[in-house]
Amino acid sequence: MKIMLVDDSRTIRNIQKNVLGQLGYNEILEAGDGVEALGILKQDRPDLMLVDWNMPNMDGLSLIKAVRETDKDLPIIMCTTEAEKTRVLEALKAGVNNYVVKPFTAETMAEKIEQTLAKIGAKA
Amino acid sequence: MDVRYINPFIRAIKNVFSTMLKVEVDVQKPHVKTDGTACADVSGVIGFTGDATGCVVLSFPSVVACKAASTFAGMNITLESPDLVDAIGELANMVAGNAKKDFEGADISISLPSVVIGSDHTIGQSRQVPRLVIPCASPLGQFYVEVAMKVEKPVVVAEGASV
Repeated sequence: MKIMLVDDSRTIRNIQKNVLGQLGYNEILEAGDGVEALGILKQDRPDLMLVDWNMPNMDGLSLIKAVRETDKDLPIIMCTTEAEKTRVLEALKAGVNNYVVKPFTAETMAEKIEQTLAKIGAKA
Repeated sequence: MDVRYINPFIRAIKNVFSTMLKVEVDVQKPHVKTDGTACADVSGVIGFTGDATGCVVLSFPSVVACKAASTFAGMNITLESPDLVDAIGELANMVAGNAKKDFEGADISISLPSVVIGSDHTIGQSRQVPRLVIPCASPLGQFYVEVAMKVEKPVVVAEGASV
């Protein structure tokens, strides 16, 4: 199970890596923005993506729209400070499978990851 | 600045620090910023645009900034570490994002964070929107959150616990 973390904050990626490690997911790809993520995706397709919204160069929503043009099935969880209903709906419309609002507890993050993977029948 | 706008920020500070750092913050009475107040060594700044303009600034003495960043990241972070900028910027981002959701009916965008490091600096303020200073006491030490916000359209500010 390979998971890609897309967030301009290394601190957040490290926190997410710790949660994923506790769940038994240790194969991690990392990108600091949407452009970097698209570059990695050309070479390597993960089994799940966690994507921040506000990032330099290319934001998370633009990244998700770009991914969905060619890949409808890749599970994507948006993990962001954007908490308004309008933003959540916008992200769902763009094709995210789940949504985590920052600040988050490790338990919430773990629950959303497991929930998303369960829907597609994946295991660590 | 309408004082009702301060409550979402107070809730956001408490929520972000208790959820991400497991630290309870005791928010003290906010006051209008005057020259020479709330000087700091490390500040995380987020701007607002759209239906509201302004900014939120998290300002820390260097020792408190390092403690907060280390607790947040789960690793030792010093004043010289590039991770300090990242962690303080992300804390500011979370406070701003968490607060703006309580301005119902307003479409507000937040900037990417900027972090200023320099002994005893002051973040300048616009004369048009007075900035409120929220003193915050915590087990990590004292820090300050400054808020300036001008809302361009009628909004409903979500109710909840306040100072």
